[in-house]
Parts: sequence; C-alpha cells; structure tokens
Amino acid sequence: MTLRGRLGVGALAAVPLAVLVVFFAYPVAGMVGRGFWPSGGFDPGGVLSVLDRPRVHRVLWFTVWSAGLATALAVVLGVPVAFVLHRLRFPGAGLLRTLVVLPFVLPTVVVGVAFRHLLSPTGPLGALHLDGTAAAIVAALVFFNVSVVVRTVGAFWEGLDRRAEEAAATLGAGPLRVFSTVTLPGLLPGIASAAVVVFLFCSTAFGVVLTMGGLRYANVETEIYLLTTQELDLTGAAALSILQLVVIVVLLALSARTRRAPTLAHASAQARLPRRRDALLLVWTGCVVAFLLAPMVSLVLASVDTGDGWGLGHYRDLQTVGQGNALLVPVTTALWTSLRIAVVAAALALSLGCAVALVVSRRWRTSQGRRLSTLFDGAFMLPLGVSAVTLGFGFLITLDHPPLDLRTSPMLVPIAQAMVALPLVVRTVAPVLASIDERQREAAASLGAGPLRVLLVVDLPVAWRALLAATGFAFAVSLGEFGATSFLARDDHPTLPVVIYQLISHPGETNFAMAMAASVVLAGATAAVMMLVDRLRVGSVGAF
Amino acid sequence: MTGLEVRDLTVRYGATTAVDAVDLDVPAGSLTAVLGPSGSGKSTLLRAIAGLEAPSSGSIRYDGHDLARVPTHRRGFALMFQDGQLFSHQSVARNVGYPLRLQHGLGSRQARPADHERVAELLELVGLAGYGDRMPATLSGGERQRVALARSLAVEPRMLLLDEPLSALDRDLRERLAAELHDILGRAGTTALLVTHDQEEAFAIADRMAVMRAGRIVQAGTIEEVWHAPVDSWTARFLGYATILEGQSAEIIRALVDPTATWREVALRRSAIRLDPTGPLLATVTSARVTPEQLRLDLDVEGIGALPGVAEPGQVVAVGEHVRARVVPDRLAALGPDRSAGTP
Repeated sequence: MTLRGRLGVGALAAVPLAVLVVFFAYPVAGMVGRGFWPSGGFDPGGVLSVLDRPRVHRVLWFTVWSAGLATALAVVLGVPVAFVLHRLRFPGAGLLRTLVVLPFVLPTVVVGVAFRHLLSPTGPLGALHLDGTAAAIVAALVFFNVSVVVRTVGAFWEGLDRRAEEAAATLGAGPLRVFSTVTLPGLLPGIASAAVVVFLFCSTAFGVVLTMGGLRYANVETEIYLLTTQELDLTGAAALSILQLVVIVVLLALSARTRRAPTLAHASAQARLPRRRDALLLVWTGCVVAFLLAPMVSLVLASVDTGDGWGLGHYRDLQTVGQGNALLVPVTTALWTSLRIAVVAAALALSLGCAVALVVSRRWRTSQGRRLSTLFDGAFMLPLGVSAVTLGFGFLITLDHPPLDLRTSPMLVPIAQAMVALPLVVRTVAPVLASIDERQREAAASLGAGPLRVLLVVDLPVAWRALLAATGFAFAVSLGEFGATSFLARDDHPTLPVVIYQLISHPGETNFAMAMAASVVLAGATAAVMMLVDRLRVGSVGAF
Repeated sequence: MTGLEVRDLTVRYGATTAVDAVDLDVPAGSLTAVLGPSGSGKSTLLRAIAGLEAPSSGSIRYDGHDLARVPTHRRGFALMFQDGQLFSHQSVARNVGYPLRLQHGLGSRQARPADHERVAELLELVGLAGYGDRMPATLSGGERQRVALARSLAVEPRMLLLDEPLSALDRDLRERLAAELHDILGRAGTTALLVTHDQEEAFAIADRMAVMRAGRIVQAGTIEEVWHAPVDSWTARFLGYATILEGQSAEIIRALVDPTATWREVALRRSAIRLDPTGPLLATVTSARVTPEQLRLDLDVEGIGALPGVAEPGQVVAVGEHVRARVVPDRLAALGPDRSAGTP
C-alpha cells in the first residue's frame, strides 16, 4: 500500500475509533472507575469483596447455566432449520426465512410481555405453570437466538459446495456418513461462532430477564441494573461490570478465532427440492416455527381481546397516558419519539459502520497490518457484549459534565443506540466488501480510477444492498433498544420500549393490555422493517 | 460383462430438457468419452448415471441390473469432478483412504495397516508417492486431480465417472496427464466414462466416443469411426474440422479424391490442402504463418474460394504468390446421406 493509501485508511479508521473511545470506552471506564474509586480514593478491595457475596454467586451461576442451556437448545433447534431453510427449495421458504429472523430484532421488552402473557396463569399455556420460572426465561432466550444459529449456520451451509458431498456419496458414503465426514466439518466453524455469539447474547440478556425473572431470577446484567438503580451500590455494579467485560473479551477473542467468513453464495444456487427422507427435518422446522410464532400470535390475539369480544379498544387507549396516569406522555407520542431517534441512530451507525467495514475488509499484506485490523474489528464488536446497562449508566455519569455535557442533548439516546447497533452494521457490510475480488479494484485503478471512483464503481454496486439492509437492521435494533435507553431517555421523552416497561411495572389490567397493544405496534414496526431488509437478500444480515 | 446400458434416458429441470432420450453403452473395460459443448447436457447425463439427478424417464442398467432404485453410494460408480473436490479438512492420505474407511464401517476412525499400504500404492500409481501428509490446499491443480483420481480408484469402482477431469489444468499439464490417465486406467482395468468438451482430451484418454448435442447423442462409436465419419457438418466442426464445403466446391474436391462417390458435402481439416508444385489445384496465398510443425496458410483456391492449407515448415511462401496444391484424402471426411459410398 502506498503512503497515501495508508494515510487514507488511517483517517478512515480514526473517526469511528474516536467515537468509540468517547462514547463507549470513556463511559464504560467511568462506570468501572466509580467502583474502584468509590469515594475518591483507590479501593480495589471493595470490588474484590463483592465477588464473595453469596447473592453474587447465585447470580453468576444462574447467568452461566441459563445462557449455557439456552445456547445448547438454540443450536439443537436451529441447525436442522438452517438446513431446511437454506438448502431446500419449496414454496414459502423465503417467508419462513424472514419469520425466523424476526425474533432477533424484536424488542426484548415485547418478548418479555409476550411470554408473560402466554405463560400467565390465565394465559393460553397457563396450565404448564411456567410463569416466573427459570424454564420460561430459558425458553425466551432460545426464542431470541434460534435465528442467530439459523442465519449463521445457514450462511455456511449455502457456502458449502454440494459437490463435495456428492463426491463422498459416489465414493460409497451413505447420507449419515456424508453428513458426519463432509458436511459437519464444513459447518463446525459456523456452529462454533454461532454458539459463542448466542452465549454472549444470552449471558448479557437484559430486557427478557428483567421482565420475566421478577425478584427470583437475576443474571449479571439485571443485577448490575438493580445494584445501580435500586441499591446505589456502585462498587458492586462496577465489580460485576468488570467481570462481565473480562468474560466478554475472552468470548469475543474466541469467536474471532473460530469465525471464518462463510463463502457467500446465493440461496438458490445450492438449493434442491425436498425428498421423502427430509420429512423429519421439515416437521422439526415446523415445530420450531410454531414455537417462534406462538408467543407473537397469542400477544396479537390478546391485544384485540377487549374482555367482551374482539376490538381495537386497547389500541385506542394508546393515545392516553394509561390507568392511574401510569405515563407522562401518551404511548403514541413515545412511538414518534422512537421513530425519530431510530432514524438518527441508524444514520450514525451506518456511517460509522461503513468506515469500520471498509477498514477491516481490506486485505492486509503484512502480518502486522492483519493483526491491527483484527484488533480494530474486535474493538468494534465489544458493544455487542458489554452490558448495555453499564453503557447507559456510564453515559449518565461521564457525559453530564464538561468537557462533554450531553445530559440534556437530544443526541444522547441516538448515540448510545448507534453504539449498540454498530457491531451489527459492521457484521452485515464487512463480509460483503471482503467478498469483492481485490483484483476488481486493481483493474479499476489501472484503468485510471482514483480511490473514490473505485469505491463508486466497484464497491458500491456490490455493497449497496448490504448498506441498505444494514441501515434497516440498525433502525430495527434501535427501535427496540431497551438496556441503554432505559437509563438515558428523558422522562418527558420516553421511547416506546421504555413506555412498555413502565406500563407493565404499573398495576392495572388496562395498563397490561395497553402494554400488549403497544408491543404489537412495536413488533409490527420492527417486523415491517426486517421484511423489507430481507427482500434485499443479503446473506450476512443476522449472521455472525 | 455387459457394462453400462442407458436406454431412452430423459432428465428435465422444470421446463428445460437437459438430457433427451439418450441411449448410451459403455462396454465393461472400455474407456468411453461423451464429447459435447457446454450446455449440451453431458454433465447432467453423468450425474444421472451417478444417481445424483433423478431421470424423468428411461433406464440405466449395469451388468443387466436396473439402477433406478439404487442410491448413489451403493452404485459403485466413483465420480471425479472437474476440480477434484478433495475434502479440504483432510490430508492427502486421509482423502485417498476415505473410501477404505467407509468400507470398514462407522466405528473405525483409525486407519488399518493394510489401508496404509493401499493408500501408498495408489499414490504411487498416480505419481505422488510421499505426498500423504500434505494438505490439499498446498497442492497444485494437477496434483489435486491426481489425488482425486487415486481416491476414486481406492473405491475399486465398477465404473469410474470423470467430469471434465483435466479442463481446469493448463495445456501442458493437460496433455501429460491425459496420457497418464489413459495408462493408469488401462493398467487398473477400470471401466470409465468421461465427459468433456475438449476433443483432444477425449482422443487422448478414450477409445470409444459419443458426441452429444442439445441433450441428444448424435453419434457414437470407436474413436476412429467417429473421427473419420462425422455424422454431419456440426459434428465435423466440433471434432476440429476447419472447413465444410458443399455444392460445387464439394464436387471439385470429390472429383479429385474419389470420382465415383456421390456425396455432396465434405469436411476438411486444415492439413487437407497441402502445397505441391505438381498438385491439381491453383491458388493464391492470402496469408502465411509459421508454426513449429508446419507453415499455416490461407489460400484463395480457384473454383472454391477461401480455404486454409499447410506447407512444409522450411518452404518459403510469400503472400500474393500463385501456388499449386493437392488434396490429402485421409485429412477429409465426406458428410451427408451418401457419404458411405465414398468414404476415403
């Protein structure tokens, strides 16, 4: 690379890096620092002693086993579905692919509300007595993350050359042997990286555990929330944040090691018609889809059940502030706030994400360059795992005084949400950019195109779908973001997820019914965006 | 020992018919090539024979047994792909030993001593002794194809199916490997069916040939039969004949090589017209180019028009020069319904 080229990449890397430092590292460090310097003096002993508390042990154990179990279940449920949706061709497969990815972008609060309704003693599955149990939480975690497994493994499956399997068959391997000796080794990197990411999501899940766990179950994330907001125990919160940060860095390093970009292929190129021996897998897929649909369908039905027949009464109530003035603003106002914020957050995430993706997708000749690029890539994956609560609280305590006083700035929430969506944008755009043959750029350059021109004629025509998809993805994620927003949204300008949480925290049947109606609206909005995104057929959306 | 018999085989993808009522015989012990341009359906035919595509109608039999209900892995036909399709996560030795491990059943992960020997033997056979521990990614294209061949032979297949096995290689390697493939398969006594779009590859490896066009077999027979008597002008061109003449031009040629024949169409190879000071044809040289084997000429032949021709490499020929030429009878093939009457 020429000096000018290197300077260009440096400048490209500098902007998102500066943003990451100011709006991610600084707040997180501020939050963690509060724990180590509780009263101005350095006191690491307090942090260490937190780890001796029996309650902390309980929280840690619950975090590990619920996330571990949910990860295992998501993989077991998801891998056969990945095969059916990415390797078979049948009417409705496209719709099912969209359906399966939906839960991942559904706002956590919505999922919490949906599961609570489904499992409540008077709900459709009340007879199972799962309301408020750990099993319910695990089920909700699985619900969220099956799509990650399906998308990630599915992308690998599409990239596997079917002829390798055919070669094995002509060498005398039966279907099972072909799977175990050829297919599975090809999928393993995908399964491993999906499992790591799912474990990451499950162990840092916030909205679901908060709405469903009540007081009985807490994971590290909700515990940090409780410690900071209810008990004002910043030392305890900082200790847990640090522990979480360490675990996440280890997991991300592991995921960077296992992650190998799948060969990008078109879904249809390798797909075949189902045969009789696929029947079991099709039934399996049907069951998984039913599991994914059940909470949503029951939520929609409940939202139009007015007690004396069907109607839109609960939706009309959304123009009010709820039973007993539960809210400061009507739900509809919160919806507009959410949409406005999401537009800004998506724009921010996209511009930063593109810069990061451009840098990490460049092929580096020197090992030093490659290492730097991997490190850079890893740094921008951090927001994926770091507690959104830590981030949100960190914003509050570090960005409320000079040099950066953003406490009253309307940009605070969009910036925080953009940080949360940033890794997803990078993961969507970078694989597509990396799949462009470097020689195409070289050819364009040799024909006289300058660097910008090369971007325009080589990268953009290939990447525009991914850019559009990433924008939609960021928009949907931002719409549903709850963890950081719950700290940062001003009381008179709440977002829709925040309002939903306020509604279910207030007593009153009308409030819960309004929460369900509002959840349907929020889910509908994110679903609509994701359906549009899915029409763009970008394989890397939601794959890790 | 009847080998493979394909009868009236049709394979459809939706509305397109890729293989259209094909009959094909591959006698046991023979090396048969299906030669056709890309898109002619030859690969689909091969995949149907391997059991990877379901035929719409027709039958595939081997030694008299119908294979309709036999799944791919029980047919005993090893298929070697254009790019080898080695398993990239396994070493060369494990790739070659893969079919052997399959034969020992699910439990055996460990290679047996006898397998080791067999793998070494096979690698030796394809000229890659000592390559066992290499990974496929470290091999050249030609080496990969040899490993794929060794792996296919490890099955001791009833029949070996080869899908353009040499097309991905450069010319030099292709020629060398084609000759080796012919020898190796001959030594192993394997029945083989090869599909290719490259007539040189077919000639170098096979001893029987079927020409395929738009889903149909248009001609089949021994290499010599097909070569010397292409069934029509399209086949002749595809087999590398440079020019097709008909009408008066064809009659001029006919009068020179076989006045009693009645054919009206003839295919000429470039070397069918050769400069000869005593030859009967009068021509003007329009261009001349030196190649290692011969002097390649473009001629304007009196009564016929533009025709390619050749001369001895040492000969000095200038553009615009008036020359005489003769017809070399065994470098042309008569075409059309009356061709048998006067085949040279």
